Amino acid sequence: MSMLEINDIHVFYGAIHAIKGVSFEVKEHEIVTLIGANGAGKSTILNTIAGLLRPRSGQVLFEGKSLNGIPANKMVGLGMALCPEGRRIFQQMSVRENLEMGGYSRPAAEMAGSVEDAFKRFPRLKEREKQIAGTLSGGEQQMLAMARALMSKPKLMMLDEPSMGLAPILVEQIFDIIRELHQAGTTILLVEQNAQMALSVADRAYVLETGKISMSGEAKALLQDDNVRKAYLGS
Amino acid sequence: MIFLSNLVNGLSLGSIYAIIALGYTMVYGIAKMLNFAHGDVIMVGAYIAFCALQYWGMPPILALLAAMGLCTVLGITIEGLAYRPLRQATSLAVLITAIGMSYLLQNLAQLIWGANPKSFPPVMIQLPTLSLFGDRLKISGVTIVTILANIVIMILLTAFISRTKMGKAMRCVSEDRGAAELMGINVNRTISFTFAVGSALAAVAGILLCSAYPILMPTTGSMPGIKAFTAAVFGGIGSIPGAMIGGILLGVIEILGKAYISTELGDAIVFAVLIIVLLFRPTGLLGKPIREKV
Ligand SMILES: Nc1ncnc2c1ncn2[C@@H]1O[C@H](COP(=O)(O)OP(=O)(O)OP(=O)(O)O)[C@@H](O)[C@H]1O
Ligand SMILES: [Mg+2]
Repeated sequence: MSMLEINDIHVFYGAIHAIKGVSFEVKEHEIVTLIGANGAGKSTILNTIAGLLRPRSGQVLFEGKSLNGIPANKMVGLGMALCPEGRRIFQQMSVRENLEMGGYSRPAAEMAGSVEDAFKRFPRLKEREKQIAGTLSGGEQQMLAMARALMSKPKLMMLDEPSMGLAPILVEQIFDIIRELHQAGTTILLVEQNAQMALSVADRAYVLETGKISMSGEAKALLQDDNVRKAYLGS
Repeated sequence: MIFLSNLVNGLSLGSIYAIIALGYTMVYGIAKMLNFAHGDVIMVGAYIAFCALQYWGMPPILALLAAMGLCTVLGITIEGLAYRPLRQATSLAVLITAIGMSYLLQNLAQLIWGANPKSFPPVMIQLPTLSLFGDRLKISGVTIVTILANIVIMILLTAFISRTKMGKAMRCVSEDRGAAELMGINVNRTISFTFAVGSALAAVAGILLCSAYPILMPTTGSMPGIKAFTAAVFGGIGSIPGAMIGGILLGVIEILGKAYISTELGDAIVFAVLIIVLLFRPTGLLGKPIREKV
């Protein structure tokens, strides 16, 4: 079954036509990745799905229901979470408070348990429970951003460049976590600059070029594709 | 002893500025706008209390609650009608709307209550005066209530912001509106709530102000509003403890400046201090320097 379906969306920033008729889908239990160069429109698409931006035309369907007109703050309650580009954790709040905000849409009674689960998955955060999030290292901030998004127990997790600016060892860790989430039954839509890693973890992939999808298919097939290798894998 | 007495008066005036400054600073922190009509909400609060005491025969505590309640409704209405439609507009458009709203409130007050000054009922004059040092230092009941009210408000507000769900939501919206929405926070409701709290506090400030300086006119809120705005900037706009410290310092500087330097230049001294502080600390005393991590 299709968890997320994007039908011919057009998104504008004022007069700038950033997304020019994009359609794709993410099926339940899949990992789908969206790759493309800087400025191709990857973040714009994720932000549109999450409701932070509105498509001028076309629609987004989540579990078969249209998201048109649904405000951004209702999306998390439907079962989707976005771990946004640049992390956007609450810098002036503590690590624990950030996690609690991630669970804002959940019943208060579940909070303590969910925070403990997050600490089990990210032991580094446990050690820094009371630290102000703005003082965490870049890698720790990324962990926190992912942990915060997971606090809402999403069915669909969208990740926007989770490996950006991280050392190779941390990138490995982030991808391990993505695999774990997938095994636990979460559907994942992943946007990455690191096409090599993204294609090796994903089931299917879409390649975005200046606001349009130029190629799509099985991730393994794209990994072998000459055009993709040249443009995104540097070989 | 005269110095001490001036100092206490400064603390009292500063407490009123601090309570008003809270409204500016919270709205600025969360809605990212300067609500120049805030000073006029003080005036409306004072008029409502005036009517409640003078015409409706309410006891002071009910008059306070009526003023707070109606100002809350007023604050939410102003935000919903005038500012919410401008959420995506430039900050200049919002600022001009706020200035327009300020004049609208003053003119409406003039229409309803007339332009002639009213003398505010002396409810708090009856409070006992505290005498210290064998009667050499007298502190009036109004002064004591004002300072205590400020302390209680600060404690409650700080606890509210740091502990409650709505308080935390306010901090999130203040830091990153988009990320707050991703968490499921209703940004409009949070901003509306902030206006409600700020306006209820404005009503308290209006009553305290008119108890200390019992002349009530449609322009009563303007000067204290501007001073409190200055206090908020002085302490670091967006910062709640900053509003407290800024307000109190401003009140003390104003009273001491008037007493020891020049009565006429009292206000000029206040603004001179503001300019000097901002030269050295552009974000105010407690304002956070803008820091970003990539
Ligand atoms: N707020 C904005 N205002 C105007 N144009 C924007 C805005 N945000 C993005 N754009 C433009 O829209 C296009 C797509 O941007 P987007 O951020 O979606 O790209 P991206 O694929 O995520 O790039 P990156 O890999 O660098 O993150 C770009 O041309 C960008 O300049
Ligand atoms: Mg991007």
